[in-house]
Amino acid sequence: MSVQVNTKQAEALGGDVQKQAVQGADIFIQSLQNEGVEMIFGYPGGAVLPIYDALYKNPIPHILARHEQGAIHAAEGYARVSGKTGVVIATSGPGATNLVTGIADAMMDSLPLVVFTGQVASAVIGTDAFQEADIVGITQPITKHNYQVKDVNDLPRIIHEAFHIASTGRPGPVLVDIPKNVSNEVFTMAEVKQTEVNLPGYQPTTTPNFLQIQKVAQAIQKAEKPLVLAGAGVLHAKASEELTTFIEQTGLPVTNTLLGLGTIHGEHEQFLGMAGMHGTYAANMAICECDLLINFGARFDDRLTGNLEHFAPNAQVIHIDIDPAEIGKNVPTDIPIVADAKEALQALLKLGIKTDGIEQWSNHLNSMKEEYPLHYKREEEGILPQEAIELLHKHTGGDAIVTTDVGQHQMWAAQYYKFNHPDHWVTSGGLGTMGFGFPAAIGAQLAKPKETVIAITGDGGFQMTLQELSLLQESQIPVKVVILNNQCLGMVRQWQQTFYQERYSQSLMPSQPDFVKLAEAYDLEGYKVTSLDEADEVFEKAMNSNKPVLIDCRVKQIENVYPMVAPGKGLHEMLGVK
Amino acid sequence: MMKRVITTTVINQSGVLNRVTGLLMKRQFNIESITVGHTEQPGISKMTFVVHVEDQRKLEQLLKQLQKQIDVLKVNDISDKAIVTRELALIKVLSPPAVRSEITSIIEPFRATVIDMSKNVITVQVTGDPEKVEAFIDLVRPYGIKEMTRTGATAFVRENQKTPSQQLSIL
Ligand SMILES: Cc1ncc(C[n+]2csc(CCOP(=O)(O)OP(=O)(O)O)c2C)c(N)n1
Ligand SMILES: [Mg+2]
Repeated sequence: MSVQVNTKQAEALGGDVQKQAVQGADIFIQSLQNEGVEMIFGYPGGAVLPIYDALYKNPIPHILARHEQGAIHAAEGYARVSGKTGVVIATSGPGATNLVTGIADAMMDSLPLVVFTGQVASAVIGTDAFQEADIVGITQPITKHNYQVKDVNDLPRIIHEAFHIASTGRPGPVLVDIPKNVSNEVFTMAEVKQTEVNLPGYQPTTTPNFLQIQKVAQAIQKAEKPLVLAGAGVLHAKASEELTTFIEQTGLPVTNTLLGLGTIHGEHEQFLGMAGMHGTYAANMAICECDLLINFGARFDDRLTGNLEHFAPNAQVIHIDIDPAEIGKNVPTDIPIVADAKEALQALLKLGIKTDGIEQWSNHLNSMKEEYPLHYKREEEGILPQEAIELLHKHTGGDAIVTTDVGQHQMWAAQYYKFNHPDHWVTSGGLGTMGFGFPAAIGAQLAKPKETVIAITGDGGFQMTLQELSLLQESQIPVKVVILNNQCLGMVRQWQQTFYQERYSQSLMPSQPDFVKLAEAYDLEGYKVTSLDEADEVFEKAMNSNKPVLIDCRVKQIENVYPMVAPGKGLHEMLGVK
Repeated sequence: MMKRVITTTVINQSGVLNRVTGLLMKRQFNIESITVGHTEQPGISKMTFVVHVEDQRKLEQLLKQLQKQIDVLKVNDISDKAIVTRELALIKVLSPPAVRSEITSIIEPFRATVIDMSKNVITVQVTGDPEKVEAFIDLVRPYGIKEMTRTGATAFVRENQKTPSQQLSIL
């Protein structure tokens, strides 16, 4: 097990110029530097004291969140917009368990994170020691992979593997649990070597099989009603340019999953809008009617498909995914392709595929788009949440990075904010984590300091992680927080209205903090807006400000997200279409 | 429900068994038995599962999810191949002197062995494919089984495959 090596011995072995013995914690920092880590999101505690001490001596920028959940959601936001791996540190026990929601969230939405947790000393693991939690056991089903470091000499290899696994193939969170004694132990290897990763059990396939690509080409040429579905896999592969070229070259209509928004310009004429539970009429009907469905990097999640029995009933299905386990999991697939979306699109582009005779289909889809657009009923007074999103779009020209929390405001943001760019949309899709949006915006802003970052949150979800306002204050991170305040847990209320005869059990929240005063308490600019004119004025000022701003935007309470596919129903059975 | 025999070759990291069984639990697969042990290669273990799956799609999911684990090197569904499967069971059978010779006469054709004996109980070891073990248990049950433990099946693909397996038929 753990061998204590004295300093002399270490020097002899190390043969390095450094006089002081190199400890696990130093190696840790050095390994992060080798990985090019530019920022850490974390929170200290007993089991990571050696690591924080090494960080003090050899700094990497560190963002001190006010709760570990804030730290990990910020790392997720950072990862989503930058494409880089987010790095998180927390202490053992409660520090580690506070990360669990974020780890599960990153797993569901395939975000590359490397999460380091301190652990009690090896000698007492398994004794219910102070602040001991079996975080490796706890996170085993919600990580792509996890490790506990047993020997300090394994640390560089494990860290290197962790970054490799997190960021390649289908990205995901990797947790590395480091017992305190390992951080303190003297490193006995000559140097931290960047060895080649040797993981025989992990060899993601990125290059598509050419025969399968040819089948896709043939299927497209034959199809009369083809449709492209683009998911987040396209974003992870940085392939939205290729997707757009492909769509334009072929003339194929395209729809998105919730997480795939931004893969194609929100106002592109071939774009039908988002599909799924709150998708547009045109997108959902296109899925129901198409005879060929080409899925790039979407996992056919139930919020997209609705009742599987009615999903794309007439379609031949092509599924291109980097994760073979997603192919055929929910929807039977006719042409499976395991590949990186970018490589698959490049291969398809080379073939110069042309569609033949799909004008009728395109015209049909366009007329559905025109006849059944997203709609809401304007009112004389007050602000409708949909209008608020449209105003935000107006004042940012569709160029902002938008993060959301979970609930009605999330769906309205997805529907009404038309993105000009990829990687500008950050939302918790798979896990649906309230409390995600605001800290994610902080991470996104840190990754992209020059861009306008808006956190669109609900009044409920914002209160789950609002302690991170400290970060805005401390570092003047210019995030614009827009609370779409309907004084209720809107999405819960909507379901209770629709399926439980308006029995609003525990979903109305009439008592709230004064959000403007709250902003003031953190020495931040805060505004409350209650009319469209006020909103217009304040949004304009805020979106052009280089300071953090919090806006309590009062919106109509009883307003529903439509269209809606009720649970268990098929995509063709939308409520509230017109 | 289909009964399938699946073998996986894994890197013998700590926690790999937990990872694999946790995965089966999370995805709601029904495990009949699992055996784990070292292989001829140091650091490499082999697991044999007997599982019940609903249909082909579920089976494919199972194989893919197993394959996805970083420490899993190889996954094979060997159910449709020519295989040898073996299981060992230890059974304590009540055997007062009056019926002892009767019991012994059952033991013999199964090539089971008596490995311990006391006044009223004999302990029998039986090995073979799980069906044989099952048949033996059924025969001694009427005499009264005091205690029993089974290892679960471990399996090998035979060197000579009489019927070409699915994968080979492509060649
Ligand atoms: C952590 C967590 N708890 C509970 C839920 C269930 N839930 C989904 S939406 C929602 C209401 C959210 O209310 P709010 O943040 O005010 O947003 P709104 O729907 O009103 O826009 C709730 C409680 C959840 N998604 N996440
Ligand atoms: Mg609300």
